[in-house]
Amino acid sequence: MNQIQDPIIWVENLTAGYSGTIVVDNVSFEVNRGEVFAILGGSGSGKSTLLKLIIGLHKPLSGRILIDGQDMVSAEGQERLALLRKFGVMYQRGALFGSMTLLENVRLPLEEFTDLPPPAMDLIAMMKLSLVGLKEFGDLMPAELSGGMQKRAAIARAMALDPQILFLDELSAGLDPITSADLDQLVLSLAHNLNITFVIVTHELSSIYTIADRIIMLDKQSKGIIAEGHPQDLRDHSENTFVRRFFNRRGASDSVFGEFDGESQSRKKGA
Amino acid sequence: MPNYSSPHMPDSLSSSIHTTIIDTSMIAPGVLGVKITGRLDATSTGDIWRVADREINRTSPQRIVVDTSEMVYCDGSGMGFLFELRRRQQKAGGKLEILGLQPKFQHLLDLFDPSEFEETPAIKPKSVGFAEKIGRATCQICEHAYALIEFLGEAGAALVQALLNPKQVRWKDAFLVAETAGVNALPVIGLVGFLMGLIMAFQAAIPMRQFGAEIYVANLVGLSMVRELGPLMTAVVLAGRSGSAFAAELGTMKINEEIDALITMGLDPVRFLVVTRVLAAVIMTPLLTLFADLIGVMGGSIVLLSMGYSLSSYFNQMVSMVNYVDLLGGLFKSIVFGLMVAGIGCLRGLQTEIGASAVGDSTTRAVVGGIVLIVVADGIFSVVYYYLGI
Repeated sequence: MNQIQDPIIWVENLTAGYSGTIVVDNVSFEVNRGEVFAILGGSGSGKSTLLKLIIGLHKPLSGRILIDGQDMVSAEGQERLALLRKFGVMYQRGALFGSMTLLENVRLPLEEFTDLPPPAMDLIAMMKLSLVGLKEFGDLMPAELSGGMQKRAAIARAMALDPQILFLDELSAGLDPITSADLDQLVLSLAHNLNITFVIVTHELSSIYTIADRIIMLDKQSKGIIAEGHPQDLRDHSENTFVRRFFNRRGASDSVFGEFDGESQSRKKGA
Repeated sequence: MPNYSSPHMPDSLSSSIHTTIIDTSMIAPGVLGVKITGRLDATSTGDIWRVADREINRTSPQRIVVDTSEMVYCDGSGMGFLFELRRRQQKAGGKLEILGLQPKFQHLLDLFDPSEFEETPAIKPKSVGFAEKIGRATCQICEHAYALIEFLGEAGAALVQALLNPKQVRWKDAFLVAETAGVNALPVIGLVGFLMGLIMAFQAAIPMRQFGAEIYVANLVGLSMVRELGPLMTAVVLAGRSGSAFAAELGTMKINEEIDALITMGLDPVRFLVVTRVLAAVIMTPLLTLFADLIGVMGGSIVLLSMGYSLSSYFNQMVSMVNYVDLLGGLFKSIVFGLMVAGIGCLRGLQTEIGASAVGDSTTRAVVGGIVLIVVADGIFSVVYYYLGI
């Protein structure tokens, strides 16, 4: 993916940090429309900070962030609200509202931002829950669910309004392999059929090999991007030994990689 | 800079400029034709849904033919609409044909099986019968009573053990709690005590002056502060300040699995967390009560001084009425109040359930429970002291 086709997220010379410490230093990259993009890195490499910057929870010290051509950093009021509507976020621990049932959690954005008739909202919320395999659990409270189920419900809530971009913080962490694989397929299906752009923040490789079109890898020491490209290319051809080691660790065996890579390639041709 | 205009997918927010139109007409007897033009997304589906709903209810068609050949985009809400048509026709035994649906949308629509969504998944209010309510409430009361007795037993045993082996107590933690619950409470206790003595003396002095009996204000302030108001007011402030803090602190620890961590490390949470807090409260409450008594009496003296009485006559009048038994009786009460406030705070904290509102609930229950216990115990003390002649 060398040519830039149609960036939906454009990050330019971004520098950010907390109380005098720089965490992300002069980072630039772009995410193309409809692609599954992953931000990788070890613990403390600044990937969560980068996510918070893009979704507007933190202000950078310098640099620009454009989402669909509009500046995320300087947007205020209605403009900012309109920008926020363009993406959904699944937080690492779900962040479901504890006083509402799952169905009410997913229904909330529909209630607030659409004029659908109430039975329509119920049905659509239920369909979103069904997509993540939680149709039977709509009337349970988040506290009654396991961590993995909460995470899946959080994805359903993030998808409630079918945003153009979905940010997933640690998609597969804490999930069993089958659920994780199902979610991978869901991501692929939504990206392919609805042209939704996915930005996945993770340090786990298993899903990345299956679904990511392109990744960037952040490094704690340089506070910047040390690798950018397709996971397979980086694994085989990166000049950086840390990157090669990261990709060649156990769990990323050739057979697994090969099996999923074919699918990923064919999807790209189709898209 | 790249070009941001998207050739293949218009912006979902600009759907207002892509007008979405629904045309419905009976194309044959019993056959309703529905043609959708434009974008079928979260913004536009509401109107489309209502129009279609009305038309289908009016005509009750055997067959619905949906023409989507000019529909440029369909998101999850639009998918919900098409699915609703399919579900509704399947339930009514009618037929649905969707023409010209792009394969990628068809693929998404096929993910849902109408037979799995037979009932409209409305949010059902959980209705509970009267008998069930009574049953549940009774069970809850029994559970609470059981938990209270269990906690009293555990805490009592741990306290006795702590007194037998003072070295086992984490005194550093206890002193820290004593500082926050006791020393830091001095300003508020002082202010409330002072004003209470002052106001009580002032309110009493005006009518008593008519009889030339204003010197007896000293008796009133001294007795009521030392025997009743000092301990009671201190305990109420303690319940609001520290009982709530204990419940919130232990509740947050419970939610963060810190209590579980203590248990799996082989440390008893009651010994580790409750004993230190209860000991701190038991030590600090009488001291705070003593402070409140003194400040309250001082507040009362201001009124009599302003009426021309000397400080020594105020003091002499008071000690003629208030003796050490009154003082010690009040201080003993305050020890019991402190024990109850700290105990109920810790108990509610440990009983915290999961969820953001759980800590709030525990805190409220700790304060309310604390105040109720204080007042009930005070009533019992009054009766007991009366029979003991104190």
